[in-house]
Amino acid sequence: MRKTLLASVAALAVVPALAACTENASGDRDEKGGNARALTVSSSGDACELSTSEAPAGTLTFEVTNTGSDVTEFYLLGGDGLRIVGEVENIGPNLTKKLTVNAPEGEYFTACKPGMVGEGIRAAFTVTHTEDAQEVSASDQELIDQAQDNYRAYVQDQSAQLLVRTRDFVEFYKSGNADDQARQLYPVAREHWERIETVAESFGDLDPKTDAREADVDFAAGEEWTGWHRIEKDLWPQDAKGYTALTEQERATYADDLLVNTEELDQRIQATGADALTYSITDIANGSIGLLEEVANGKITGEEEAWSHTDLWDFQANVDGARVAYEGVQGLLETKDAALAEELTGKFAALQTLLDEYRDGEGFVLYTALTKDDTKKMTDAVNALSEPLSKLTAAVAS
Amino acid sequence: MGAAAGVAGAFAAGRLSAPDTVKSGAPVASYPFHGARQSGIVTPAQDRLHFVALDVTTDDRDQLVALLKAWTDAAARMTTGRSAGPVGAVDGAGNAPPDDTGEALDLPPSRLTITFGFGPGLFTDADGNDRFGIAERRPDALERLPRFSGDVLEPARSDGDLCIQACADDPQVAVHAIRNLVRIGFGTTTVRWSQLGFGRTSTTSTSQSTPRNLFGFKDGTANVKAEEAAALDTHVWVGADDDPRAAWLAGGSYLVTRRINMTIEVWDRQSLEAQEQFVGRTKGTGAPLSGGEEFTDPDFAMAGSAGPIIPVDAHVRVVHPEVNEGVRILRRGYNFVDGSNDVGGLDAGLFFIAYLRDPRTHFIPLQRAMSSSDALMEYLRFTGQALFAVPPGTGEGEYVGQALFEA
Repeated sequence: MRKTLLASVAALAVVPALAACTENASGDRDEKGGNARALTVSSSGDACELSTSEAPAGTLTFEVTNTGSDVTEFYLLGGDGLRIVGEVENIGPNLTKKLTVNAPEGEYFTACKPGMVGEGIRAAFTVTHTEDAQEVSASDQELIDQAQDNYRAYVQDQSAQLLVRTRDFVEFYKSGNADDQARQLYPVAREHWERIETVAESFGDLDPKTDAREADVDFAAGEEWTGWHRIEKDLWPQDAKGYTALTEQERATYADDLLVNTEELDQRIQATGADALTYSITDIANGSIGLLEEVANGKITGEEEAWSHTDLWDFQANVDGARVAYEGVQGLLETKDAALAEELTGKFAALQTLLDEYRDGEGFVLYTALTKDDTKKMTDAVNALSEPLSKLTAAVAS
Repeated sequence: MGAAAGVAGAFAAGRLSAPDTVKSGAPVASYPFHGARQSGIVTPAQDRLHFVALDVTTDDRDQLVALLKAWTDAAARMTTGRSAGPVGAVDGAGNAPPDDTGEALDLPPSRLTITFGFGPGLFTDADGNDRFGIAERRPDALERLPRFSGDVLEPARSDGDLCIQACADDPQVAVHAIRNLVRIGFGTTTVRWSQLGFGRTSTTSTSQSTPRNLFGFKDGTANVKAEEAAALDTHVWVGADDDPRAAWLAGGSYLVTRRINMTIEVWDRQSLEAQEQFVGRTKGTGAPLSGGEEFTDPDFAMAGSAGPIIPVDAHVRVVHPEVNEGVRILRRGYNFVDGSNDVGGLDAGLFFIAYLRDPRTHFIPLQRAMSSSDALMEYLRFTGQALFAVPPGTGEGEYVGQALFEA
């Protein structure tokens, strides 16, 4: 998953077209027998040539080739010339990209934007009525708005809880006489980070300071290791050969640094106005996919919590975050691909049932208690969910 | 790239016949073992690899030299399609094991090349001993590579006192070569690790098309190629004055190997657009995202809608000569699949092989840049690495590395 910064509200959010999914159905051939919903666009420095200015309602594919010498973009705009129904950007010279978009009957504009400036080279575009195109669901926009609001609230809530627990954790750790409490709180506080990890680690400056594992640090190149896992090693030094415990002063330095960075993270997540983070449907869906990727890449291998072995707490938290993000767009998905929604709901439940087998008291068994057989079963369950989940973004954004 | 074809002569001199790509029914090419340079470096990359790293178990210099002589003889025989030993697989005494193992008996040479390299441990062992009286000739740059961030190196897949790279278009021919050379070495050397590669991931000649790695992308488009004589002198061959202690290495090269596991299953779930952003090229043609065709130079300054159109962490940018002080390397890696791991994932990736003039300028900074800022790192796990000094070619009547032991 790409770790790009989320857009602030100032940026244009692409809103999926308000239409139910319609696969290219038979009977929609153009006069030459080709697929009337597959269009080509040639974008040059001064022209925007479409293979046709009319197409039947449904899922349209615009294959956009840049024949000019500047980077170009292609837009399908609503009849008002403002609403972006779909866009494809960053098409380098001589390259081709596809825009797949669900368009109900109506009047539109197409626009090529060579050089990525101005309002582009525009032309009217008509989507005609067809019998097989399903009725537009007027509630889709509501579903989208609701999903975006809910997800923002979820991320903000988790971030706030992370901050509170990090404060407590840092206090315990710094005091020097409450290591047991610190150890107990460590996986619990980190759950809040792991639930929103794809958002948290999108801040490329904060992530390496707070969540770097020892193996990620290039000590030979002079990098310094700070954050959660630095403190983790100090609290669980049993497996660390020849480890020298941190002094009281060093403890304070690492603890304060963690808290400052967590405060900064929370500030950015809670920001309002022009600095507020927004989560598009694509961001939310990608967030769900990304959290499962975190499970596959780090937690299931026991590499995340190399000293405390509390990887299953992180595992559960990643799954929590992925499920919440999925459930946020589930309503929308049901209008577009009900079968996928059903499959995902089932696979999330199956993974949870498996994870529940490893609960121990308030938390989980340690990673070191897992057998090869256990990790194989977990991997299978993660694969079974991740594969269909990887289709989520394309499904909800079409 | 596009270097003049005329300069190819110097490096093509060792070749017996023309075709670079052998298809069934086509005339078979072979390369002689002896020559000014070792073959298997600028030789048009063959399709298959068997690579072995060995440790020397003796302290006896004469025994080591005797082995290098025996290896030279066997390599010279096998690269021309003959048996490893002078008798052969079926022509010897019935009451003795044959001096060739026989599995290549009916096979053509398949463009087999055998390339030898010397690791740091040959000069000074782990306890600091100069076992063979060559410590003072150890090249300055021949030091154990540092660990890079994100590395999960396994000792059993790293380092080695010696290495042998066997490349051929038929995997059985490459395996046959390593198997017989290892056999000859028993009592003097022990195998530390070995690696099979089933598909080349680089082109080392402009006559070859760019192959794909297991991410599905064309790889090594910007490789130094055999036809670029000046670039080879600047970036691949050790110069005569590079290291006064190691004059024996002049005209040779350094060989870096990195076993790069790919997290295949996770990669496969990335959207096409994300994959292309990680790499910085299109998956179809291999054109840079700044446009054009495969061999169009990437335009790193070209703006996209949010930041440069080739992202700052795209692989093509991070390792490109333009942002690495002009440094280029000759890559000669192979795709590998070593079955599946214990949770059912493919144990697969790219066995990175690069030949370069000096690891301190041509590899360590590049790998450091990649480890710290390459978007692909999320999908890579480095499980082994090694560095070897590759002596220049072996003249007729000489043995490999002779200048190191007898100059």
